[in-house]
Amino acid sequence: MSQDDKKPEGTGTDAAVSRRQAFIKAGIGSICVACTGAAVFAYEFLAPNVLYEPSPVVNAGKPDGYPPGSVTQDQQSGVYIVHGAEGIYAMSAVCTHLGCLTAWKAELGIIACPCHGSKFNRDGTKIEGPAPRPLPWLKAWVNEDGDLLIDRSETLGQKQFVRT
Amino acid sequence: MANSLAEQIANLRETRVWRSVFRSGTGSTNLRRSLAIQQNVFLHLSSVKIRKRALAFNVTWFLGTLTFGAFLILVLTGIPLMLYYHPSVPQAYADMKDLRFVVSAGVFLRNLHRWSAHAMVMLVFAHMFKVFYRGAYRPPREFNWVVGVVLLLITLFLSYTGYLLPWDQLAYWAITVGSNLISAVPVLGAKIRFLMLGGHTVNANALLRFYVLHCVILPLAAAIFIAIHFWRIRKDGGIYSGENKKP
Repeated sequence: MSQDDKKPEGTGTDAAVSRRQAFIKAGIGSICVACTGAAVFAYEFLAPNVLYEPSPVVNAGKPDGYPPGSVTQDQQSGVYIVHGAEGIYAMSAVCTHLGCLTAWKAELGIIACPCHGSKFNRDGTKIEGPAPRPLPWLKAWVNEDGDLLIDRSETLGQKQFVRT
Repeated sequence: MANSLAEQIANLRETRVWRSVFRSGTGSTNLRRSLAIQQNVFLHLSSVKIRKRALAFNVTWFLGTLTFGAFLILVLTGIPLMLYYHPSVPQAYADMKDLRFVVSAGVFLRNLHRWSAHAMVMLVFAHMFKVFYRGAYRPPREFNWVVGVVLLLITLFLSYTGYLLPWDQLAYWAITVGSNLISAVPVLGAKIRFLMLGGHTVNANALLRFYVLHCVILPLAAAIFIAIHFWRIRKDGGIYSGENKKP
């Protein structure tokens, strides 16, 4: 600062320069605050607060509709209702690879994904393919009216059959 | 008619109205030719002079120009398609069908849009390979290469967002798979997917978001970066026409 020959009139000290720098810093600071605010504002705006998506809980009707040994696929909700030797269970039909809807191949007795060729057994265990995990079992129960309800948002850690 | 057509055109170019629009004047001096480029908002991005060698087919195979041509066709066909297309779940697929089977010339515009989109992606890659193998990305043109990479990404995003709009099985599952790929991004993946789709599944919000991206945001971004790309060709010394061989 001592090398500055020209100093603003009326000051005669370094105060004017430091004041200018203070204003520059305040300006940059407020721009940063404004940008942060704008980013938060944009994020809040882009993330919807209310979603008009279908409920994760599906009513699959009376459990009697699923005879022993059957594998039934509900295309709309993307779930399988399987009546195995030990009882009825519900399983997600959404492939664990990239989210395509798998299909039950009755003639082969397996579940196959049309997108990238993953194959699963009827209990969800993986046979082959790019899928990293087995198809998850979903929480299922029978309500007071005797209807089978399936919650697609809750997967089961272990095999649990529906008590009818 | 006493005057020939050429004379009539020459007279037209001397009229006050013509001169108010094109101010460079007539005549074939180099100054007038330069002014004709400099004073035109569209042409002034380019240089007034170019090496004859740079215009040879072998130098560029005209791939950049062809890519820009595909982009222009896509804009010109895309705008009329918007007049019949509603980005809503019950109507999108039906509107696409209508464009193919009911609207006069609809199938022509839609197919032209579709094929040009495929062609543009292919041409962008061909253009990049040509630039790469000729070494035209080297200094001082390295920044324009970066602009080109941005344009490649914009082209791919335009292609991806346009893919959903027909709202058929192919579109739905392609975007389901694509958005699940994005959720593989560490930490932020699921959030990015949620913001991109405007929900947890490919649904009405996703269709509308992709429509706005495809028809407004991405074409505007493309136009801006194309302008920078062309302007930088001039600023970086014109089209790269090969090494200057020393005798």
